[in-house]
Formats: sequence, C-alpha cells, structure tokens
Amino acid sequence: MSMANPKLSTVGKPMAMTDARMKIVGLGKYADDLSVPGMLIGRILHSPHPHARIVSIDTSRAEALPGVRGVVTGKDAPTPYGILPIGHDECVFAVDKVRYIGDNVAAVAATSAEIAEQAVDLLRVEYEPLRAWSDPEESMNAESDWIHESRANNIEKEYHHVFGDPDTGFRESDFAAEQRYVAGEVNHAAMEPHATLAIWEANDRMTVYSSTQVPYYLHRTISEVCEMPMNQIRVIKPLIGSGFGGKSEVIPIEVAAAVLAKKTKKPVKITYTREEVFYAHRGRPRTIVDLKMGITRDGKIKAVQARVVQDGGAYCGFGPVTVLYSGALLGAIYDVPAVRYDGYRVLTNKPACGAMRGHGTVNVRFAFESMLDTLAHQASLDPADVRRANLLHAPCVTVNGLRVTSYGLPECVEKVVERSGWREKRGKLPYGKGMGIACSHYVSGAANPIIRSSMPHTTVNIKIDRDAAVTVYSGAADIGQGSDTMQVQVVSEVLGVRPGRVKLVSADTELTPVDLGSYSSRVTFMAGNACIEAAKNVREQIVAAVAENFGCRPHELECVDEIIRKTDDSPMRVSFDDAVGMAIDFHGALVAQGSYAPPEEARGGKFKGAGVGPSPSYSYSAQVAEVTVDTETGHVRVDKIVAAHDCGKALNPMAVEGQVIGSVYMGFGQAMQEEMIWNGSRLMNPSLLEYRIPTALENPEIECIIVESEDPEGPFGAKEAGEGSLAATIPAIANAIYDAVGVRMITVPFSREALLEAIRKQRAKKNASARGNGAAASAGDRQASMEGMR
Amino acid sequence: MKKELIHLRVNGEDREFAAAPNRLLLDVLREELGLTGTKRGCDDSSCGCCAVLVDGVPMLSCVALAASYEGCEITTVEGLGAIGSLDPVQEGFVECAGAQCGFCTPGFMISTVALLKRNPNPSLDEIREALSSNLCRCTGYMQIYESVKYAIEKHRKETERTPVAPAVAR
Repeated sequence: MSMANPKLSTVGKPMAMTDARMKIVGLGKYADDLSVPGMLIGRILHSPHPHARIVSIDTSRAEALPGVRGVVTGKDAPTPYGILPIGHDECVFAVDKVRYIGDNVAAVAATSAEIAEQAVDLLRVEYEPLRAWSDPEESMNAESDWIHESRANNIEKEYHHVFGDPDTGFRESDFAAEQRYVAGEVNHAAMEPHATLAIWEANDRMTVYSSTQVPYYLHRTISEVCEMPMNQIRVIKPLIGSGFGGKSEVIPIEVAAAVLAKKTKKPVKITYTREEVFYAHRGRPRTIVDLKMGITRDGKIKAVQARVVQDGGAYCGFGPVTVLYSGALLGAIYDVPAVRYDGYRVLTNKPACGAMRGHGTVNVRFAFESMLDTLAHQASLDPADVRRANLLHAPCVTVNGLRVTSYGLPECVEKVVERSGWREKRGKLPYGKGMGIACSHYVSGAANPIIRSSMPHTTVNIKIDRDAAVTVYSGAADIGQGSDTMQVQVVSEVLGVRPGRVKLVSADTELTPVDLGSYSSRVTFMAGNACIEAAKNVREQIVAAVAENFGCRPHELECVDEIIRKTDDSPMRVSFDDAVGMAIDFHGALVAQGSYAPPEEARGGKFKGAGVGPSPSYSYSAQVAEVTVDTETGHVRVDKIVAAHDCGKALNPMAVEGQVIGSVYMGFGQAMQEEMIWNGSRLMNPSLLEYRIPTALENPEIECIIVESEDPEGPFGAKEAGEGSLAATIPAIANAIYDAVGVRMITVPFSREALLEAIRKQRAKKNASARGNGAAASAGDRQASMEGMR
Repeated sequence: MKKELIHLRVNGEDREFAAAPNRLLLDVLREELGLTGTKRGCDDSSCGCCAVLVDGVPMLSCVALAASYEGCEITTVEGLGAIGSLDPVQEGFVECAGAQCGFCTPGFMISTVALLKRNPNPSLDEIREALSSNLCRCTGYMQIYESVKYAIEKHRKETERTPVAPAVAR
C-alpha cells in the first residue's frame, strides 16, 4: 500500500496542526471545558486503605443532603471490566474489597461541586483491613491474603520464552556480564487531568464526552457496565490534553460518570484532581531487570538472558502486554541469535500500572544498552562500533519471529556519531565530562488487536458532495500528537487538492467507523494507510467521470494542484470542483471507504504470548548524550542530546520533530528526576510539585535528526515517531555518566546522592592504592560498580 | 458562603456576576464567564496552565480570589488575539508547533507575552527562565523556544515597519 512518489506536494512538508488555531485562541474544547444545562457535578470517594474488606457503606446522610441527586456504590454497577479480555478484574466501585489507597468506593452527583464534596464527606464506610502487599518480590511469594483470589501468589501473569540456544551462546562468548538494574515507577503526567461528561438523553440514550485515547473501548465498556446496548451509547472524543498511555484504557472516572448519569437521568461531569490522576495512574511499573549478556571479542552479541519483575499494582490493566513487550523487544533491535526471557507481572496493593510511552520497552532497554556499554568497555571496543557489529539486515525475521521490513538504525547510528563529534571527543573529554550512546526501537502499531477479531484495525470513510468539500470520517483519536493533521495531509496528497479543502470528522462513535485507538503508535501506519485507500477509491470515481467526459482512459489522468488533467501535454483539464460535479451527476454524493489490517505474515509466531511484539513495522532511534558531572556534589547536567529517529518517512516533519524531542524529554525526566515515591502502599508525591517533571530550566538542548528508511508497507513509507526515541535516552545518559566519571548507574532515576557516594568511594580507593604502591590508579578504578544502590 | 456582586474587567470588558467571596479567579473565569481557555492542570499552583495577566503581570488564577481583583485589568488567552488578528506570540505557537496538545499553551503564551513586553529581545536563557513556571509534557520545550523566537522576529519586523519617534531625554 506504500505510495513512493518523488513529487509530493503536501506530504513531507511541515504543516501547522489543523486544530492549532482553535487551541491558541482558547476556543478549543477539552472535556472539562464542556457543560450543558442542568449538568450535575460528580465526585468520587476513594479508599484510605491499601487492602481492606468493605463491611458496610452508609449513604443515607449523603443522600439526604440538599442538592445531592444521586449516590452510587459497587452494587449499582457490579460488572467487572478491563482493557484485556483476560483481565476483567476491576469494577468501577469496589464491590467486596478495596485494593489500593485511592481505589474507588462510591460516587456522588450533586448540583454543585461544593455540595458533591460535602456529600462525599458524609459517606460512611466500614472497612476491615487486610494484609497489604507493596513489595513485588514479597508479594509474588505470598501464600495467602491474595489481592485477587483467582491470581495465585499475586502473580498476574508470567511468561517463559527461549529463542535460539542461549547456553551455547554464553559458552561461545568472550565477555559476559550480569547485573541487576532497577527502574522506578513513573506517571504520564499529561497536563490535562482526566474528565468525563456523560449526558443522559431521551429514549434511554447516552452521549459521553471523555478524555480518552480509546473511544471505542470506552464505548464497549460503558455498554457492558451500564448494561445498555452499544447502539444506545455515543462516545465523542473532544480535544485531549495529551495521553502518553494514561488515557489508553478505560479509567474509572469515565465509567463512574456514565453510571451516575444513568442513575440520575441527568448530565454528569467529573474531573479528576491531579492527586486523583496519580491514583488512576496506569503508568510505567517499577521494574527489576536481572540481565545477563555475552559478546565475542569483536563485539558480536551471542546471547541475552533476562528475568524481569514488574510491580503492576492492584489490577491487571495492560499488565500482561507490558511484560510481553519487555521480552519481545528485548533483543529484537539487533541481530541477537539467542534470548532467554522470564517475565513476571506481579500484583501489589498500589494503583494499577499500564501502558506508558514506549510501553514495556523502556526499562529493559535501559538495562540492555547499559550492559552493552559495560561489555564494550570490557572488550576495549568503541560502544558505537559494538552497535554496528550487531545490526540486522532487513528484510529479515528476528530470532523471536518479528518481521522487520525496513531498518534505518545503521543510518541513525552514523548520523548521531557524526553530529555529536563522537569520534573526535569520546574518551578524550576531561574527568567529569562524558558522552554516551544508546539505541532503541518501537512498534508501529500492534499487528494483533487486543480483542481477537478479524475486523480491520481501522476504517476510514470519505464523503464528497456538491460543495466539493472532502469530508473524512476517521475514528482515530488525535490526543495532541497531530494525527488529524496527518490524515488531512495524506488525503489531500492522494486527491491532489489543498489541505484546506479536506475536513476531518474524528473519533465520534456515531459518525466515524471503528479505529482501535491511539496506543502502540499505530495511528500513522494504520489510519494513514486506510486514508490512502479511501482517497484512492474516491479518486477513482472522480477520474472515471472525467475520463468519460474527455473520452480518454482513467489512467491517462492525474490529480494535482486542484486540477484533473491528462498526463500528456494535452490542454484538457478540469478543476477539482467541476470534476466532482461530473462524478456526482453519475453517482449522487460520492462516498468511499478504506481500511487497514496488518498482513498475516506480520502477526508473529504461534507460542504462548507470541501475539505481543509483532508489528507491521518498527521505528529505530540512536542517541548520543553529553553530560557534565559535578564531582563535588554529584549533580549531573545533561548538556545536549542528539537523537536520530527512523520514522520511515516524515509525513509532517514538524510534528515528527515534536514527537521525537518530546520522547527524549520524557526519557530525560525518567532518567534524572521523576519517580513515584512509596511508603509501603502509600504514594508520597501525588502532585506536580513533588513529582517533578522537567521544566525549561532542567531540560537539555535536544537535537532531532530525521532518518527516512521508507517502509515498503507504510503510508508513503511512514512508520511511528511518537514513542521509539524515549527508551534510548535513559541509557545514553547513563553511559555518558560512566564515560565522565567511571560510575555505572544501575538505578533509575539516577540519584546524585548515590553518584556522589560512588565517586567518593572511588576517590578513597584511588588514594589508598596511591599510598599503598605509590603507583597511579589502574584503569579499573574507573569501573566502580554501584551495586546495592538505594 | 453568601454570594456577593463582583465586578471584574476581563479582556477589556466589564463583567459583573454574583459569586461567593471564596471563589477562585480560575473558577470564575471558566464557570461564570465562559472563558474556558484558561486551564487547570494541578491542585497546588505548580503547572502554570491557569496563568492570566493581571495588569500585565502573569499570575496563577488558581490561587487568586476573584473578589480581590476588582479594578484590575485581567487578560486571558481569549484576550490575546482572535482568529484573524492573532498576536505574534499566538502565531509563533501555531507556525513552530509550540502547541501540541495545547493544554499548557494558554499559560505559556501568557508568560511569553509578559516576557516580551518587559524584554523585547530576550536571550535563550532569559526565555527559559521566564517560562520555567509553566510545565509542558509534550514538546520538550524546544519548539516552544522556536515559537517565542518567531514572535520576537515578528515583533521586530513590525516595529521596523512603523518607526517610532526618537526617544527624547527627559
């Protein structure tokens, strides 16, 4: 379906977002900006206990408060749901027991926010506390007091995969390393807190406006929980203040608003506070990675072995998918002949984790790229050369059955090496200054849908009527990344019209065909291809009418610059408006459809868990970070990050750049300063004051280099751009710190206390050895490891 | 709490409404006056999404009591410029992709307008400093700097076109 075309007019050119003007004059509407007459405000009562049986709930005092219109508890909506068919383990309000501090117990709808808050305070709940699990390694050995009775030992899911022959691989390795890496828990911290407005309408219908990345899954879940047919429910996605995965599964607020609307027969709006966003969470789990890797003296990777434990929180969510991604993408970026993977998704009494930008790949990639750096130093090889020694040769299939159709990683490595001055500077910088390299990759959409089905993953309709306006109906959810703009570009390119002629109606379940949603970086690849097909189909109708009129054959015509003309030097031409008129005389209003389903051969192997990891195509990134370490304080300043990202083809280079830089920024935040801090099961920093995402002051200079490998199946050759770069940033910084001071950071975020302690130990050792033999410290001193940090 | 009649001057217009004295300026703007361009992104005055200009100075409307601002000139994102007559700062955020999801953008533009008013030609470090009270989760700030530079350049060109009388020493 690729359309390699040298003379593109809209695609490949920077284009301002189609909704940018609405946003910058304050007219763009996000869910919390919406209100309707008679609207009630909802508030949720959250559990103060991490794990407790609910003995009783007394709602009478709240119900008696003037202005209260409805109170709902678990009894009002007992149907369990969850994003995965195998994980329907949460109810909108706890039915028998609560499982984390912040779990949802009840909700109130009232005529004002103040009254709703007072009413929540009047709810009386009697709890019987149970043993709470907060450490995943303890939790996974629990003999009793399981968080979910059906999940023995609090293990949500475990997978054990072996590809190739790891034991032989390790035997044939000249250098091997083993290390435990730990990455702390992080939250998406999208600037828009979640909000939902559910409007009860005549004839028992309901319209729901919600801050969601997945309108169609929300549609389905509301139908199940509210016990209403899907055809009685309409879900509309307004503007979204970004998601990063935090809105990619159904969030309790969305179902709570719908349940309250159904009960009160009124419009109900609920908006989370920032604190509630942290309880709704679904972020990246704290991850323990025990990694082992072996390489030859030429730097060729022979085997990789990982045991991964993810602290998943109290509900399943996307959990099994996260832990599968960690294994599937572990070695698949390089030509790795043997991989052993043991992954455990563990339940704890904390807010549920889920999908977050770079889903499942980020923490294992940190471990992998850090260890590759360690091994490069052991083998006295240039870390960039070690990456070069392990490149895939596309098209190919990786050891775990992932089909690779295009592979821009070699060029990414070349570009960042060149732009950063790697060859000139590496190893020659003064003590305290360093540079590090790392790579990462990500899927361009999952080749298999969450809910097994043979339906296309996305369908797009186009309508053109007498006014010759091109209206595109697409279910794809723009969450700020610019997918609406991308679709307008693609359709205008195929039809040869200016982008202003194309209007997009998006993500409204009553108007737009099903699209699975904005997750796993699938929208450009899938909706882009569906748009191309739909536009070609409608173009065919227009061209046929013009050909008939001109007395020529359709293939002799082309659509460019708002004109349909003969490809030869003939003067025969007609404006797009008139051509549409000709076609409508034959057909009436023009309608056409396009859809996309990943090809069979992209869907992966047959083993248990093989469904996660396969993608129609993969993006690649290479990065070089430069740091300055203050050896007196342990403070690390990241001076610059150069990131090269292979997005296949940049349909909108300005948007691609924004995605890549934004990913690097988020990786920088996780590396240097973001972490959810726990005291047992209690989150100690559920606010943006204490959960510190980087400001303009901390953020480094980030340079983006776009690499275009032109994927044979991508729309105009495009692949994903929004997630793949995040994972390389963390190890690139870690490797730069090692280059600067010889200290290996193995715990994320990199704390200055730990770094300072390691530097001091190193110094003491050096002084001792200088006193001892009066000789200079050995090079090995620069390789002090930091085991047992934190 | 009993409501009182409050008068505010917002975006050059006099507005009058009844509200309790403890109502926050942010809630009044969004709920009483329908100016939803100003956003709430946090609970503790840490994100900057709710910034508005009060007599030209950026203020967080989430920690301001509306009743305390009678007699002040309040400017929200809706007052910066309308479609067709955009402020150069707004144009910059469109043309250079300073706005991705757009949720933090009103606050960033308010801070930028205030910066350029007191310092029409800021250095990159001065831009970073001036925008450090606003959080953005999408852009990594780089395209925001580009947007601000676009506005600076546009301002400069406009001033060149309409030369002002030479300053006279007082």
